Amino acid sequence: MLVLPLLQHIGEVAECLVTPGERVLKGQMIAAPRGDVSAPVHASSSGTVVAIEPRPYPHPSGLPAPAIIIETDGKDEWLDSEHGLANYHEIEAARLLDHIRQSGIVGLGGAGFPTQVKLGSSVYHNIELLVINGAECEPYLSCDNRLMQERAAEILEGVRILQHLLKPDNCIIALENHMGAAREAMQVAVDNTADRAINLVSVPDIYPSGGERQLIRILTGKEVPSQGFPADIGILCQNVGTATAIYQAVVHNRPLVSRIVTVTGAGVKQPCNLEALIGTPFLDMITACGGYADRVDRLLMGGPMMGFAVNTDNVPVIKTTNCILAVTRDEMPPPPPEQPCIRCSKCTDVCPADLLPQQLFWHARSGNLDAAQDYNLFDCIECGCCAYVCPSHIPLVQYYRHSKAEIWTRDRQKQASDIARRRHDARKARLERIKQERAERLARKKQQLGSSEDTAENTRKAAIQAALERVRRKKAQTEIAPKNVDNLTAEQQQRIHEVDERRQQSGKDPEQ
Amino acid sequence: MLTALLTLGLLAALIGLLLGYSAIRFRVESDPVVEQIDALLPQTQCGQCTYAGCRPYAEAIAAGEADINQCPPGGDSTIQALADLLGQDPKPLNPEHGEHKEKTVVVIDEQVCIGCTLCIQACPVDAILGAPKQMHTVIRDECTGCDLCIPPCPVECIHVVPVETKIDNWIWPVPRADRPAQSTSVTARAVDST
Ligand code: SF4
Ligand code: SF4
Ligand code: SF4
Ligand code: SF4
Repeated sequence: MLVLPLLQHIGEVAECLVTPGERVLKGQMIAAPRGDVSAPVHASSSGTVVAIEPRPYPHPSGLPAPAIIIETDGKDEWLDSEHGLANYHEIEAARLLDHIRQSGIVGLGGAGFPTQVKLGSSVYHNIELLVINGAECEPYLSCDNRLMQERAAEILEGVRILQHLLKPDNCIIALENHMGAAREAMQVAVDNTADRAINLVSVPDIYPSGGERQLIRILTGKEVPSQGFPADIGILCQNVGTATAIYQAVVHNRPLVSRIVTVTGAGVKQPCNLEALIGTPFLDMITACGGYADRVDRLLMGGPMMGFAVNTDNVPVIKTTNCILAVTRDEMPPPPPEQPCIRCSKCTDVCPADLLPQQLFWHARSGNLDAAQDYNLFDCIECGCCAYVCPSHIPLVQYYRHSKAEIWTRDRQKQASDIARRRHDARKARLERIKQERAERLARKKQQLGSSEDTAENTRKAAIQAALERVRRKKAQTEIAPKNVDNLTAEQQQRIHEVDERRQQSGKDPEQ
Repeated sequence: MLTALLTLGLLAALIGLLLGYSAIRFRVESDPVVEQIDALLPQTQCGQCTYAGCRPYAEAIAAGEADINQCPPGGDSTIQALADLLGQDPKPLNPEHGEHKEKTVVVIDEQVCIGCTLCIQACPVDAILGAPKQMHTVIRDECTGCDLCIPPCPVECIHVVPVETKIDNWIWPVPRADRPAQSTSVTARAVDST
């Protein structure tokens, strides 16, 4: 059974296209993107849609989210679709971008931002440097490492598609120092392409060098502006997993239906990397890795630093699931209670975003959201370094997350109140208009009524007169002149004339 | 000397005319202070401040007729914002007007609704949809929770419900000393192997 949540990316929830009972094929679009920043969802295997309902969802809130549930038939039958765009060199950027959008590709590093939006905004910037991020974003993770060892050629092909799209001057594939085997595999692939613009660069194995901004700083020494994007300084960063997904989508017309997931931690018997269909329950993943070890304590999605606990193992793998971590108590003991901040500034020393964590904490705790924002709260990547080193064991990141959510809520409320004001004004205007219209109608009626009262008699007379006039005119039109007056002698006419005169004298006009 | 004086005088007169004209031509109709105050009010339009809506209250504050602590839906944060704007000292909410509560919305029990349209006429933001003798329903996203539609309903089928917490409006909880959190904000939860 596969559970495919409608929201697996940053942006608008996708719109469901199927109904329960419908048979779907692998790779068939079952939910369409809604709005610009959104991504579709594809069936990751063939089978029957059994339900569309809220299901457990990997999210720190533990709240369920709407999902499409597919009972698989085991045939894993692909949708028979036309061939891919292997000749992508000849295809213009807009069409390729649309193809990438329709393939449901989002950033597979963990953020889940729709890839075509990121690329689309970059096509119009002058991108000088394309960075392919093969550095893992957290300790414990090894999915990118594995991917580079196994699928170096696919990654390279994805890189070439990106190069075609963005036309960067240079391209760097970044990996960590310890990834010897991956580097060898990638080197072979790079040599095969004989493209001098592609370089392999190793970065130190220090967390969080896999973060986009941090990696850019290590590679180029440049800072991404606060609240800005790497594209603002002519750099675009893509994860190696995303590069393979782009390759699969463009060359083979295969939408994103699977990803590599690291299943690890002392709580699982055989930690390994699995290529998982999107929608596979966590429990199946753990079972495929030999099941839980004895002393498993908690299950996390993501790594030990930025991950969050999930409260059940029937949440599905989604597009942003880079790691499933089952930890024991020894591995991640519950932290000692929080102590007051001693202003040791250890947190400031380690912050990779050059923030002042203790100041942020101060303002976050006192609910001073504006001040926290002035200290660039939104540049915090929630890496957890500050909390990790804090001798007072202050759960700093949770304060930041709370404050960020508060600020978002405040912004949402502001929007809602603006809408309410508009609706209230519109209603007032409408009521005013209706009142005015009614008053006008009343006035008109009164006017008509008033004028007819004093001249009622005249009106009646005029009406009778008009009716008589109408009859007369009609008569004149239809009356046929008598035939016997056509050819009369002068004597006869004289006689008629005399008769008429007599009649007039007697006051009997035949016309009257 | 004289020409210089004349030129300058003429210039001054011309500019004066121009300014006078543009002051009439491009006059901003409303009072910007009222706008600023209105922007801080929650726009619930509930009338608990004893005015006919948020804007009339804003006008009353601007005119110095009303105090800044009369809006229960806005609560302390609105009072603080108003105090900052007007350079006054913040004060606690005046209990005469009610107490600050979490935002709620209303639902209409559609089985009971008789389609009298009285609630539509009461709703200040047109958040109720219906027609005479037809079932009515609340557009939940547009409802401000002002509760003005509740008293007019002759069959009492309008109920207050809390705003549903969903993934998109969920807020990370504040860490509390009595509930130790992980250094990475991971709250301890047992694995439930179903
Ligand atoms: S590391 Fe902890 S105790 Fe030290 S300054 Fe930062 S928050 Fe305060
Ligand atoms: S989590 Fe802490 S160390 Fe990491 S970026 Fe934010 S403030 Fe800096
Ligand atoms: S009490 Fe507040 S929300 Fe209600 S009408 Fe007055 S200003 Fe608006
Ligand atoms: S539906 Fe009722 S509670 Fe909601 S805004 Fe309208 S009148 Fe107020």
